[in-house]
Amino acid sequence: MKELIALPLLSLVLVIQLAIVSRIPLLGGYADLMLVTLAAWSLQDRVETSWHWAIFGGILMGWASALPWFVPLLGYLLVVALSRLLVRRIWQAPLLALFVVVFLGSLVVHIISVITLRLFGTPFSIADALSIITLPSLLINLFLALPAFPILRDLAVWIYDIEDDL
Amino acid sequence: MKTIFSRSLQTTIIFLVVGGILALALGGFFSSASDSFGSSLISVQTWVSERYITIRDFFNAPNDIVSLQQRNAQLESEISGLQTQVIQLQQQLTDTQVLAALVDFSQSSPESVYKAASVIGRDPSPFLHYIIINSGSNDGIRRGMPVVTNQGLVGHIDAVIADAARVQLITDPASAVNVRLQNADTDALLAGSLTGDLALEMISQDLEVQEGDVILTSGLGGDYPPDLLVGQLFNLRKRDYELFQQASVQSTVDFSRLEIVLVIMNFKPVDITPLIPVETP
Repeated sequence: MKELIALPLLSLVLVIQLAIVSRIPLLGGYADLMLVTLAAWSLQDRVETSWHWAIFGGILMGWASALPWFVPLLGYLLVVALSRLLVRRIWQAPLLALFVVVFLGSLVVHIISVITLRLFGTPFSIADALSIITLPSLLINLFLALPAFPILRDLAVWIYDIEDDL
Repeated sequence: MKTIFSRSLQTTIIFLVVGGILALALGGFFSSASDSFGSSLISVQTWVSERYITIRDFFNAPNDIVSLQQRNAQLESEISGLQTQVIQLQQQLTDTQVLAALVDFSQSSPESVYKAASVIGRDPSPFLHYIIINSGSNDGIRRGMPVVTNQGLVGHIDAVIADAARVQLITDPASAVNVRLQNADTDALLAGSLTGDLALEMISQDLEVQEGDVILTSGLGGDYPPDLLVGQLFNLRKRDYELFQQASVQSTVDFSRLEIVLVIMNFKPVDITPLIPVETP
């Protein structure tokens, strides 16, 4: 039953993203709070609902954004897939895994966004997109990953009654 | 009888002595002695008084500290409340100033019907330039309606739900607005970009345009009403080997600080898609 915390939590993340985070740009980029949240959540021990979280978060972001609805959904599912892949390989260094997932996940989401927008006829330079938007966004996402991990660790401990040995 | 006489004599002598001393004292004959006595007495009294006050303070001080701390906390709480009120009043003042400017703007163009809405968010994707406003279909807002401020054109309604709407800004890379240069009396195309800069395209090479020219919407295409202020032309680029001149546009609107916008309610965009000829193989 506690897993249902995802509904209000991810809704709150969306509200914070729209109202605050999207208004704090670094050059042209800003943080993707939903991506960081999903990456930090799916790297926690015993968490089995990360796919559900990704679907719900992706639908929420697809609904709120002017991007085609499938772009955030696909991007977040790939982020979770990457997390589940890495959590088995470098499970002893979860923070390192989180940085890797956030870095690669941000790149994946941005690549999907760029390809989709270009296919839909939006004219812009990919070099501009990389230098003005993607690189600053990567930096902010990595910065946000630091506080996100312990917060979601506490949440996982509360939901799954994990023994907090960190 | 003899005893009674001797007592009366003694009493009389004592009174005389005391009276004499008093008379001498009042006459100033004992001033040095009385001064030294008085100063000694005052010194002792001062010392005793100080010790008493110290001891009294020692016993009463804890109560005073507690009451002072309570009073301090109460005052700090009141200060916090007042500071909050000051911030709220400043915010209300700012909102009022913005609204007053918007009212002035709406009165200056009475042919349009406006609906004011607050900006409550921005698109979560950094590749897009959209804002979210707190008015939707319940307020009569429909897709395609133009959005302005008292400073100029902002964009148009892209999507609507019951209590909110999404506005595509003219700075969005997918945005294209038909405009005209007021001084040159010619049409051009205003395009957004990833960086939020505005570029003016499709300016004929033959035309003489100057930096500082005012740019207004032309109304062509039916997306926007004509004569809405967009910005000023600057940084003109004219190259002989290109078909058109290009220029940057300084918008009159500060898109990073949008708080309240006006939706033009009585403008219905015209969908000219059926009129565009389709190439047949």
